[in-house]
Amino acid sequence: MTKKPDLLPGTLDMLILKTLTRAPLHGYGIALSIKQLSDGVLTVEEGSLYPALQRLLLQGWVKAEWRMTETKRRARFYTLTAAGRKQLESELSQFEQMIAAIGRVLSGPQEA
Amino acid sequence: MNGLTRFMKKLAILFRRGQFHSELEEEMAFHRAQVEQELIDGGMTPEEARCAAMRQFGNAARLSDQSQELVAFRVETILQDLHFALRQWKKNPGFALTIILILALGMGASLSIFGFVDAALLEPLPYANPGRLMWVNESNVESPRWPLSYPDYLDWQRLNKSFSSLDVCGGTSFLLRTSSGVEPVQAVRVSGSFFQTLGVHPMLGRDFSPGEDRLGSPDVVILSYGAWIDRFGARRDVVGQTADLDNSAYTIIGVLPRAFSFAPSGNAEFWVPINALSPHEHSRTFYNFWGIGRLRDGVTTRSAQAEMTAIERQLQRQYGITGRDLSASVVPLAEIMIGDVRPILLTLLGGAGLLLLIATLNAAGLILVRSESRRREVAVRRALGATWGRLVRQFVIEGLVLAVFGSLAGMIVACGIMKPLARLVPKDMASHMPFLEGVGLNMHTGALAASIALLAALLLAVTPTLRVSFSEVREALADADRGAASRLWRRLGANLVVVELAVAVVLLTGAGLLGRSLYRLLHVQLGFDPNHLATVQVMAPRTVYKTDEETVALYREVVRRVSSLPGVESAGMTSMLPAQCDCASDRIQFPGRADHGEHNEVDERHVSAAYLATLKARLLRGHLFTDTEDTSRPGVAVINQALARRYFPGQNPIGQRIADDEQGLPHTWEIVGVVDDVREGPLDAGIAPTEYFPLNQTQDHDFSLAVRTRQAPGVLLPVLVSTLHQIDPSLAVSEEATMNEQIDTTQAALLHRFSAWLVGGFAAMALVLGGVGLYGLIAYSVSQRTREIGIRMALGAQRRSVYRLVMLQSGWLTFAGLAIGLVCSVGASIVIRNLLFGVQPWDPVTLGCVAVLLGLVSMAASFLPAHRAASVNPTEALRVE
Repeated sequence: MTKKPDLLPGTLDMLILKTLTRAPLHGYGIALSIKQLSDGVLTVEEGSLYPALQRLLLQGWVKAEWRMTETKRRARFYTLTAAGRKQLESELSQFEQMIAAIGRVLSGPQEA
Repeated sequence: MNGLTRFMKKLAILFRRGQFHSELEEEMAFHRAQVEQELIDGGMTPEEARCAAMRQFGNAARLSDQSQELVAFRVETILQDLHFALRQWKKNPGFALTIILILALGMGASLSIFGFVDAALLEPLPYANPGRLMWVNESNVESPRWPLSYPDYLDWQRLNKSFSSLDVCGGTSFLLRTSSGVEPVQAVRVSGSFFQTLGVHPMLGRDFSPGEDRLGSPDVVILSYGAWIDRFGARRDVVGQTADLDNSAYTIIGVLPRAFSFAPSGNAEFWVPINALSPHEHSRTFYNFWGIGRLRDGVTTRSAQAEMTAIERQLQRQYGITGRDLSASVVPLAEIMIGDVRPILLTLLGGAGLLLLIATLNAAGLILVRSESRRREVAVRRALGATWGRLVRQFVIEGLVLAVFGSLAGMIVACGIMKPLARLVPKDMASHMPFLEGVGLNMHTGALAASIALLAALLLAVTPTLRVSFSEVREALADADRGAASRLWRRLGANLVVVELAVAVVLLTGAGLLGRSLYRLLHVQLGFDPNHLATVQVMAPRTVYKTDEETVALYREVVRRVSSLPGVESAGMTSMLPAQCDCASDRIQFPGRADHGEHNEVDERHVSAAYLATLKARLLRGHLFTDTEDTSRPGVAVINQALARRYFPGQNPIGQRIADDEQGLPHTWEIVGVVDDVREGPLDAGIAPTEYFPLNQTQDHDFSLAVRTRQAPGVLLPVLVSTLHQIDPSLAVSEEATMNEQIDTTQAALLHRFSAWLVGGFAAMALVLGGVGLYGLIAYSVSQRTREIGIRMALGAQRRSVYRLVMLQSGWLTFAGLAIGLVCSVGASIVIRNLLFGVQPWDPVTLGCVAVLLGLVSMAASFLPAHRAASVNPTEALRVE
């Protein structure tokens, strides 16, 4: 069994916020969405997902409400708030800067 | 997102914790179900899918805990710690109880002593603006505080600019006529604005009005609160009525408030204005009144003193007064009220503080041992992921809980013993210490208690924390290496024990020195035999015994009747019993010698013919008085050896004469005898030169009767009282006691006894605590070295050498503690040398005894662990590991 790559530290909150930009989702939906969008590369452990959701709730970046799923089951749906959207933007720009920086380092001048 | 909103959210969650949990659970259950469904869709059987989902999901409870921790307050985890701490106690109540007990002991002792210090030294006197009140008197080289004469007072009052008001007071006594006879009562004569100067207003009636202290004004009296309650039934209509004092009707004009006290006057019940002066009080050289003044704003004590001294010097020049080089003394009133007890209180406070120190160190040591034995627990918890911070917090909370309970217990102890301790002070003495009323819990003691508790908490919390940071998880788990961490700990523990022992030595030395002082004091050369002596104080009303003949007839009748009582050997009378006070002094001159204005101050006693023989004072030269020497004969005197030595060195004093001033009239007295020194003054003072005059020639209406008995003197006391009343019911009889009781209750004896017993008590507790601390350390170190000892024994070490190994360790600690302690205690003893009597601060006997005692205790403390070490079974010891 090959080991799946770990999430970069600090990116989980960003990923969650990002998946919520399109529509409100429940916990399972978030995990599934991240998995599918990453073609199965990124798996969100439930052990980190729910504490992370509580953290986001506490920060006020997401809202939670109980709704019915298509299969008529009660589930807690998380919605991005305005503050969450702002937070996502700032995290994204920071992340892009970092990736660009890493990229520059990795593609830097080769030693002779 | 600000902190406040987050806080509010957390708060909301806290209140709906059940809902939070159930929602979280439902959410996660939904998630699991979805995963399960996904797996089933992927072709798994429902069973397999359930298991796989569960596996993937992990520990649901732990997950929910993690989320919970995120949203919960710190407080909740602290509550968990608290809960854990309390559970720890339940498991091991002896440990917690010991620590609480030790803390309660140390804190109780120091708090209760501080209660006295606070009441005496910190609480302001119960007067208006007491800091400006001064004790204003004369002063000379030999007596820094010398009372004022009335004429001087009037001039001081007229001339000074430093004081907004200046008053005088002087103690006196009256015979109060009550329905059941006459009774001697204490009273104070004061100048008119005395109470205004103090800033005290009568709670009933009025203060003295101006002019009521003019000579010849009608007699008025203000009652003390106590007198109003006890003697006048607390009736409000008492104002305007009269009290019969010395057969005169005094109109009661007021009652003083309950809180009023004036230490120099003790429990005086009647306050009268100075509206009459005795013949000698008119004299400028009869010093009989104490001055009290209120400083004007902006005037310092020093400048007031300078001004008053200048005035006094001018008066001396103006009236040609020689002989006394008097200046003025201006001292804060508070100094007068508590000056005597200050050194003793501070010493006791120091002792109690040391006890507190030793108690806290001991508690810290115990905690340290315990944290050491919890190394494994700590290691396991860290291995399981407890953060360092969380572990430290756990220990801090455990320490805090112990400190809080210990401090509470300490406060309860202090509250419990302060009042009984105050009641131990005999009434006579307590009357001069009005601050005793205020002893108890108040702001100051509360604040001190809080700060002690805080310090104790800090110490108890920090000590084990040090230990946590030392330990390495892996090492501790293996518990094989007793190396670095243990050594470090042992050094810390050993230092604690050394400090404890050193402090115990200081307290022991202090107690030893004070105890020896007390012993010396009570066995001081008295110059008379105090056993089998019964004494009683008699006051004869001047209105009945008006003439010399009547008074002398009373003396003779008293001696005749008392001497004929069964069991009585002899009886004598004196103006003042011995061993009480160097008061009643006289200034003498020697006719025929040039007077260079020397200040020849001697004790003056008026005694009956048989008195000195009754005391069994030793006659050295000449003869004692005879009963026939009365006012019709020339004055005669007996002197003590101290007077003979000082004023007649190398001469025979018999036949020489001394001159003085009696009742304002010059007198000469021919010396007829010399007696060996009888200790007239307090036990701890040197022998003052003393002159004895025949009572028959001086005519005292107040005198003490001393009766030598064959049987126990206490039995005779009631008989004495009834006999005196048979002679004349108008005689006021009081203070009946045996001579030994009189001596035991003198201020000197009481103060020394108090300090010796209290410091002795502290020292005993310190010794026990030090011993326990040493025992704990040695026992622990033995338990840690069981394997080492096992190996040594397996390799052939003798039991004897194992004993030596352990005893040597404790020997070193004891030696270090003793050495440091002895050096410190000499220093401490020098600080309290004013309380010592007849012993040097470095008294070798005391220091030696302390060393031996501590050695014995430390031997006892280390013998048990040594014995345990020596009886280690090598095979078992090795197997344990």
